[in-house]
Amino acid sequence: MKVNVYVTLKPGVLDPQGKAIHHALEGLGFGGVADVRAGRFIELDVADGTSDADLDAMCAKLLANMVIENYRIERP
Amino acid sequence: MKTAVIVFPGSNCDRDMAVALEQVTGGAPAMVWHRDTDLPDGTEFIALPGGFSYGDYLRSGAMAARSPILRAVADAAGRGVPVLGVCNGFQVLTEAQLLPGALMRNAGLNFVCRTVPLRVENSQSLFTASYNAGEEINIPVAHHDGNYFADAATLDRIEGDGRVAFRYADSVNGSARDIAGVLNDAGNVLGMMPHPERAIDRAHGGTDGLRLFEAALGVLA
Repeated sequence: MKVNVYVTLKPGVLDPQGKAIHHALEGLGFGGVADVRAGRFIELDVADGTSDADLDAMCAKLLANMVIENYRIERP
Repeated sequence: MKTAVIVFPGSNCDRDMAVALEQVTGGAPAMVWHRDTDLPDGTEFIALPGGFSYGDYLRSGAMAARSPILRAVADAAGRGVPVLGVCNGFQVLTEAQLLPGALMRNAGLNFVCRTVPLRVENSQSLFTASYNAGEEINIPVAHHDGNYFADAATLDRIEGDGRVAFRYADSVNGSARDIAGVLNDAGNVLGMMPHPERAIDRAHGGTDGLRLFEAALGVLA
């Protein structure tokens, strides 16, 4: 079973990489971009029936750093 | 004194750290591999060196913080054994939740590699007792992810408790409140981005780092 995990910076945490991407977009002439936030996408191939609790634990213990990041799990 | 340096795949300051420890204690430290599950019996001081453990995969220090040896390091820290994490070692200690906060990409996005002035904020800790409070010392930094972050409540708490050991005298990487080094609650774990082991010999351009090791290893000049 494929599970998608999206790890994003918490609101309020400054994102220098997002800012750099934003500037690069502006440099390419793409105006009208108000903000850019960069995150991480992780695709897991897990056993069918893997519980939500296990997926949460994987995210909280390793995939995301809960000091600065949030995660969102997308099941098929 | 029995010391240990933890070696991860991708550590690259482990030998510099070993030289610093040996110079001060007169004995070579045990070099302990990340897959080991125990520290040598009687280890009295543990250093987590700089480098790029596990290639900085996922986040700097994230994989190293989950390596087998870190359980032994956390146990030792809990028993009061001094633990020093420098640069990547600091990142590992925050990822292992032995220290508060996190280290993010430098605000200017540049890798910063130069000697910077630090202000000693706490001169009472076992690592900083050889310095005077407010003293300025010069220690090299070399990092890409040294931008210290913690929420405002955590920052207020660690500042109030005197747990900020060092502060950058000038902004270096965007760190919250210019924090360069942080102590744990008990004061026996220090994480810092600057490299004291790179300032232990006149040929390095300065010896301000040597005094940290002299204090921490109980051989104050």
